[in-house]
Amino acid sequence: MKSITGRFGIFGGQYVPETVMNALIELEKEFNAAIQDEDFMQEYRYYLREYAGRPTPLYFAQNLTEKLSGAKVYLKREDLNHTGAHKINNVLGQILLAKRMGKKRVIAETGAGQHGVATATGAAMFGMQCEIFMGKEDVRRQALNVFRMRLLGAKVHSVESGTGTLKDAVNEAIRDWVTRIEDTFYVMGSVVGPHPYPTIVREFQKVIGEEARAQILEKEGRLPDYVIACVGGGSNAMGIFHPFYHDKQVKLIGVEAAGLGLETGKHAATMAKGSVGVLHGMKTLLLQDSEGQVMPVHSISAGLDYPGVGPEHAYYKEIGRAEYVAVTDREAVEAFVELSRTEGIIPALESAHAVAYALKLVPQLPKDKIVIVNLSGRGDKDVETVASLPEVEL
Amino acid sequence: MNMMDLTMNRIDMVFNDLREKGSKALITYITAGDPNLGATADLIIEMEKAGADIIELGIPYSDPLADGPVIQRASARALNNGIKIADIMNMVRSVRQATQIPLIYLVYYNSVFKYGIDRFVKEAHDVGIDGIIIPDLPLEERGEVFDITKQYGIHLIPLVAPTSHQRIPKIVENAGGFVYCVSTTGVTGERDEIQTNIKDYMEEVSRYTDMPKAIGFGISNPDMASQLKDYCDGIIIGSAIVSLIEKAASRDEMLDSVYRFIRGVKRVL
Repeated sequence: MKSITGRFGIFGGQYVPETVMNALIELEKEFNAAIQDEDFMQEYRYYLREYAGRPTPLYFAQNLTEKLSGAKVYLKREDLNHTGAHKINNVLGQILLAKRMGKKRVIAETGAGQHGVATATGAAMFGMQCEIFMGKEDVRRQALNVFRMRLLGAKVHSVESGTGTLKDAVNEAIRDWVTRIEDTFYVMGSVVGPHPYPTIVREFQKVIGEEARAQILEKEGRLPDYVIACVGGGSNAMGIFHPFYHDKQVKLIGVEAAGLGLETGKHAATMAKGSVGVLHGMKTLLLQDSEGQVMPVHSISAGLDYPGVGPEHAYYKEIGRAEYVAVTDREAVEAFVELSRTEGIIPALESAHAVAYALKLVPQLPKDKIVIVNLSGRGDKDVETVASLPEVEL
Repeated sequence: MNMMDLTMNRIDMVFNDLREKGSKALITYITAGDPNLGATADLIIEMEKAGADIIELGIPYSDPLADGPVIQRASARALNNGIKIADIMNMVRSVRQATQIPLIYLVYYNSVFKYGIDRFVKEAHDVGIDGIIIPDLPLEERGEVFDITKQYGIHLIPLVAPTSHQRIPKIVENAGGFVYCVSTTGVTGERDEIQTNIKDYMEEVSRYTDMPKAIGFGISNPDMASQLKDYCDGIIIGSAIVSLIEKAASRDEMLDSVYRFIRGVKRVL
């Protein structure tokens, strides 16, 4: 029997142990009912507005625009959300879903720690028990976020297996979920995992693009020419891309982590270098060897340090709806410093990848073009990492 | 059609024999290439001597998300040795000269997918594999693999879990070999006790199929095997054996401790 459940072209699907299948089916049913339920959606929008602080501004970066002397640059300020990144949008939706399903315990994986912090925050507010899985390497380099999660009452598990990064944190979260399937809700942090997660996360993140689209129409009276966002798993990118899907004149650009350089093998550029495979319950593009072993990846940014990518992104690439490019650690750090000094905004290292690509693209464009960069998170968590680099003097 | 397709699958023969004798199957798991492929070949022979009826060979994978720490570490050890699927196929081909014990691959879907589903199943068949278990390939996704395994006379062993309920009839439909009944929610690994109400669970599975049923996950000693055997046709033990392999200081100690452990379990079945 051929199933087309939760597919984006050939990508997506449900490659998980049988133990969790009924839970996924139940989740899909509840999710579909919830987003049709006006009371549920009103509550979701209430918390986005009153708790997360939405809508976030679409800020005209005048200094950067003048300096680059090309297209006009707007920044979608997801860094101004409560907890400091776009992750809270999705968490509020999923926590409300967990509440609706009567679950008292939530778990999540986290890379940079932003999704972990957001989940711990939502759990604290709704009085749920919360456990976060984080690779031991990320626990080290994102120590500030570990403290925040603990302060919020979450238990943080340092995952030692594999490369001790986001991929392994997802493995461990799935293992926990399989074990505690009856009472636990897995709050997936990106547009990854088995169906229906990529769809759920997209639906709870698309508020970014819906706002940005309305805001640019109001400010400029027209749609942008480019929308740029960083891609690890791809939730902030899918959140801003999806509402522009039918606006064919808007070019969508996803920026992956080229790490030390695509030629070095030390990168996380799944779109550039990956092949079709299955990881974390989904068929997608994957950095893997000829035997399907998932390869170690590298990025200075913990949130992009992931060997897979959301299946809908793989589909956007295949049909040519979005273009995917990669920038190096060094370029991202330069952009981190540049945006801090030019606009007084310290971006997350993840978001700095999107900024870095804009720094290259914008000067080549005529002045009447408009570029929106999704500033997915703020950079406080990364200050220590950047300060420790020899090329940066602070 | 070649001769293999006309003969009965070895898994079916074993369950038929055991049913006649009124005893239960002991299905043992080891990770191929842990600590090396020579040891795997020796362990297959030794486990058969000790009383194992069917052997599962795990194909090491970088992200074994249905496995607990013991098998994760075994997988990592094998991969650190640079084990490739072709090496495992060659080892099986050579061991097949020495034994007729049913052999099953336990393999994650990405390994099969990336290798090429048809190529993987064909080579498995050619070297003498009788069944394939893919722990991350549920009913909804198994269609293509299911068709290809049927074509080669290999059983794609269906897995059911205590959470499966209304899914059981579809999972066992047209399946062959035995039903792998996951004892409890969770990943592989030794446990002190099984929390699931096994009697109700196995009765539920039996309502939908006459296929042999084997219980696995968490069974770590003869006492537990003895308590479970009346509800099923076979007991699957993995982590407890892999743990002995991990602890052994020498090849002889490894073979000896695995032999004695399996003897002990087989005695109660």
